[in-house]
Formats: sequence, structure tokens, C-alpha cells
Amino acid sequence: MIVTTTKGDMDTSLLENRTGEVDNDNEATTWTEYWLDGELVHRSVHVTLKKMPSFAGGETASF
Amino acid sequence: MGELLTATHNFGVAPTRGTSATDTFKAALYLASATYNASTTAYSATGEVSGTGYTAGGITVTAATPPTATNSSATAGVAFFTPSASLTYTTVTLTTAFDTMLLYNSTQSNKAVAVYTFGSQTITAGTFTLTMPSNTTTTALLRLATT
Repeated sequence: MIVTTTKGDMDTSLLENRTGEVDNDNEATTWTEYWLDGELVHRSVHVTLKKMPSFAGGETASF
Repeated sequence: MGELLTATHNFGVAPTRGTSATDTFKAALYLASATYNASTTAYSATGEVSGTGYTAGGITVTAATPPTATNSSATAGVAFFTPSASLTYTTVTLTTAFDTMLLYNSTQSNKAVAVYTFGSQTITAGTFTLTMPSNTTTTALLRLATT
């Protein structure tokens, strides 16, 4: 598989793959990293939010 | 309730809406060192991420599905809305940690709608994706409820 890296498009078979994940009350997040000779050349992150936001606008609403 | 999200009613002293067209909403990313919260009133470039592939102001939110409302009684209900597609920042390099997304209305003077936070991240020649939750009364991205 070809992946975009800081060195240009590269075949993932040439790279070290590291992955991670966080799953808590706020989010479910996964990330994929590709390393080349100890250098991070690609990192993508996928976040799914679970919690209500802080409503912006500087005003308080009550119903 | 759903009419609140579609600005059907105006309780102010003068109408401020001059069009029936859908507004354009955008999503901007902010550094972990920035302070964006419920006090935020509008989009600002201060503290916004910068890097290869990222355009100041963020990306446009796809809002193909209008808000929905359900009433569980005469006085209780939920109005809710979720963008119809994930927010995807494609092929970006953001080397300074960021942890906040501001949803704002670029049609209405960039006024802020909501602030979302997540674990601090960096992106290297990659893609940052914020997947939208299911568009239901309990999980939608924006929910207004009365009880």
C-alpha cells in the first residue's frame, strides 16, 4: 500500500508501522504512524467525539 | 425545538436574517495552548493551527441533513443536528499539538456555535478525521433539550 510521507509517497512495506488508540468518555481515537529509520514520516488520526460540546457564543441559555 | 435550529423564530427586537438560504458552517482547529470554550463568541485566527495543507479558517462542514426535533411531551423534547459527513483535513502537517475544534457560522459574521475538545494530537503528512456521531436525540453533534 502506498502512503503519503514527508519523503513523498512510499510503500508501507518499507516502513515501520505503529498504531494506538484511546477510548474514554469523551472520545474514541485511533492513530497510525509510519516510521523510517527512526524518523516519523506519517501520522494520521481519527477521532470520534462522544460528549456534548461547550456551546459557544458567550451567553447562557436556559429553557 | 427544531425551529430554533433553523432560526424560524426571532425573539429579538429586529430580524437579523435576510435570507432563507442555508448558512455555511466551518470547522477550525486550535492549538492545545489556546483557550477556546463556552465564552468564545466568534472565529479567530489567534491560536489556530498552521501547517502544510491547512487553510486558515478550517474546512466547510457538510450539512445536507437539516435539524430534526422530537417531542416526548407537550413541554419536553430534543432538537438535534449532525453534519452529514466526517470533518476531514486531508494531507496536512500540523506539528504543534492541537486539541480543539471550533464550529462556527461563516455566513453570520463567523459567530461561534460550539467548541469540541479531544486528546492532544499532531499530524505528519497525514489526515485528521473527526467522525460524526449518529444523528439521534442522545448522540447528535448538536442537541437542544427541554425537560
